[in-house]
Amino acid sequence: MGHSRLIEIGVGLFVAAGMAALFMLAMQVSNLSNSISGDTYAITAAFENIGGLKVRSPVTVSGVRVGRVDAIDYDSRAYEAVVTLSIDSRYNSFPEDTSASIFTSGLLGEQYIALEPGGSETNLAEGDRLQLTQSALVIEQLVGQFLYNQAGKQQE
Amino acid sequence: MRETGRNGQQAVVQVRGLGFSRGERMIFDGVDLDIERGKVTAIMGPSGTGKTTLLKLIGGQLRPTAGTIVVDGENVHELATRDLYRLRQRMGMMFQSGALLTDLDVYANVAFPIREHTDLPETLVRDLVLMKLQAVGLRGAAGLMPAELSGGMARRVAMARAIALDPMMVLYDEPFTGQDPISMGILVKLIRELNDALGLTSIVVSHDVQETAAIADYAYLLSDGKVVDQGTPEMLWKSASDWSQQFLNGEPDGPVAFHYPARHFRDDLMQGGQSR
Amino acid sequence: MILDPLQQLGRKGLAYFGRLGRGHLFLMQTLAAVPGLVLRPGLVIRQLYSVGVLTLLIILVSGLFVGMVLGLQGYNTLVDFGAEESLGVVVALSLVRELGPVVAALLFAGRAGSALTAEIGLMKATEQLSGMEMMAVDPIRRVVAPRFVAGFISMPLLAAIFSIVGVYGGYFVGVGLLGVDDGAFWSQMQAKVDLNDDVYNGVIKSFVFGFVAVWIAVFEGYDTVPTSEGVSRATTRTVVHTALAVLGLDFVLTALMFGD
Repeated sequence: MGHSRLIEIGVGLFVAAGMAALFMLAMQVSNLSNSISGDTYAITAAFENIGGLKVRSPVTVSGVRVGRVDAIDYDSRAYEAVVTLSIDSRYNSFPEDTSASIFTSGLLGEQYIALEPGGSETNLAEGDRLQLTQSALVIEQLVGQFLYNQAGKQQE
Repeated sequence: MRETGRNGQQAVVQVRGLGFSRGERMIFDGVDLDIERGKVTAIMGPSGTGKTTLLKLIGGQLRPTAGTIVVDGENVHELATRDLYRLRQRMGMMFQSGALLTDLDVYANVAFPIREHTDLPETLVRDLVLMKLQAVGLRGAAGLMPAELSGGMARRVAMARAIALDPMMVLYDEPFTGQDPISMGILVKLIRELNDALGLTSIVVSHDVQETAAIADYAYLLSDGKVVDQGTPEMLWKSASDWSQQFLNGEPDGPVAFHYPARHFRDDLMQGGQSR
Repeated sequence: MILDPLQQLGRKGLAYFGRLGRGHLFLMQTLAAVPGLVLRPGLVIRQLYSVGVLTLLIILVSGLFVGMVLGLQGYNTLVDFGAEESLGVVVALSLVRELGPVVAALLFAGRAGSALTAEIGLMKATEQLSGMEMMAVDPIRRVVAPRFVAGFISMPLLAAIFSIVGVYGGYFVGVGLLGVDDGAFWSQMQAKVDLNDDVYNGVIKSFVFGFVAVWIAVFEGYDTVPTSEGVSRATTRTVVHTALAVLGLDFVLTALMFGD
């Protein structure tokens, strides 16, 4: 029965390799390893302009990923975009006056939200709204401003 | 052994008014047959008379368009699948090609029906398989693959497999076709001996007249979908029917014409260059 | 005589629908026989070997080369935008979403599907299936169902292996040969490839393709005209039909999964 033993070992290796490949697709290739699993709490932030921010964009503090964008809505009374962030409950000690900014990783990279902790004694909790926000930089506006400034300088 | 159908000389297989057609072609038209228990019954006829089809009808693989086939008291074509399969376990069939499973060796082929239908321990399976192989003289070939067997050996293995479950009846489909004289002799002897030693009922479908007649207790001659003659081999040899004489003696011309039906030869030739 | 072409058309149509009907009945019978295999795992294991293990080599080699080509082409395109750091994303997304399931299914049809068809077709042509029936063994349970299950299990595993090997092929070319930053390759990939949207959907695709590919393969074998010509035609049909079905289904599934 040496032959059937070889077959069974071969099949065992094959199935193990397949499982390993699926596991690696989950862990190594996709964002499972640094995705937020388990408990989260939600906070919101209003931005004048979110640029290219998307649902599931990362939320970072000091470059460390702590959560992701859960939803993006438009508040038609305040004329603002309201972004819901879900933050891993392991990171639950952000001061109330934490500020949020939308940055771009690299020239063509994706946009993400960077949190900057403030100095307040009370911490953020579920449902709180961040008061201090900085919108995404829109490249056309930047270029426009730059040209305007240049023109101003030349006139002086 | 079994209660059903053990009433003396009653036929194991009763075919009544059998009709079968494939597409437009009528293969059987009102065939009546009786296969008696414990006997070797031959069914002979020219190629293409549907002898193999008859075996498949008896085995329930095909459904007749008319008539009934009763095997051991059960109407084959009215059985539910489960019952049909149970009935088939009591029939062995040897196909012309042997129909051995090519991915299994000789031993596993003979063991196949035993393993599929019983939960016997492997040691017992081994004993049974070796017994069956011994009966056909191929115990030494147990380790060979079907591709390594000669045609005659493959048929003997198929025979061993057909009797693996100790059936009540074995169907042989053209067992002698294309065999050298020695294999032919072995097969002839085996069919008769197995039938008598194991108390089987055998149906041999063949067009090899001499060999079949030598072992048959009773024979049917089929032609054009009908039974044209029947009786013991001795009776058939003396039969007055021209057709039987032509078939049994292998005469090239007679009631069965040498020429396939055609237009007059002259008309065909006169057509000259015209394409057909 | 003017009706002749019409009759031809009608006959072909009827034959086609007949086949379609037989194919579905056959699938029902096969699926009904699947639960019984729990008692006989050995049958499936043997088929996993011939369907899965023997297909592994072509999957590994093809996956590696497809990944390497993706790495090379992706780099050449991305470098013009100075975005070569996104190479990992390009390679991984193309493989996980599309190329893994689709190319693995096409290779599966060519390697395993055609072999299944030819094997079952030859078993039919040599009366082995008929012989089994006469031994009171249902060939659908004994021959078809184990092959069906083995194919269905193998396909997602093969597709996953294809994708992983491809990602490493792309990594080898991009990072090893062309000098893309190692960390950027992986981190960008992990940031952009989503487990739910991309990996799961890719796996679902490979399950669907596996189901269809192995169904076509075993049905073509079982429905073979039992001659050598019939077997060769059936084998060809398996490859052609599987390729068409997989590519067509891929469009439908992609539209459903990534359409919004």
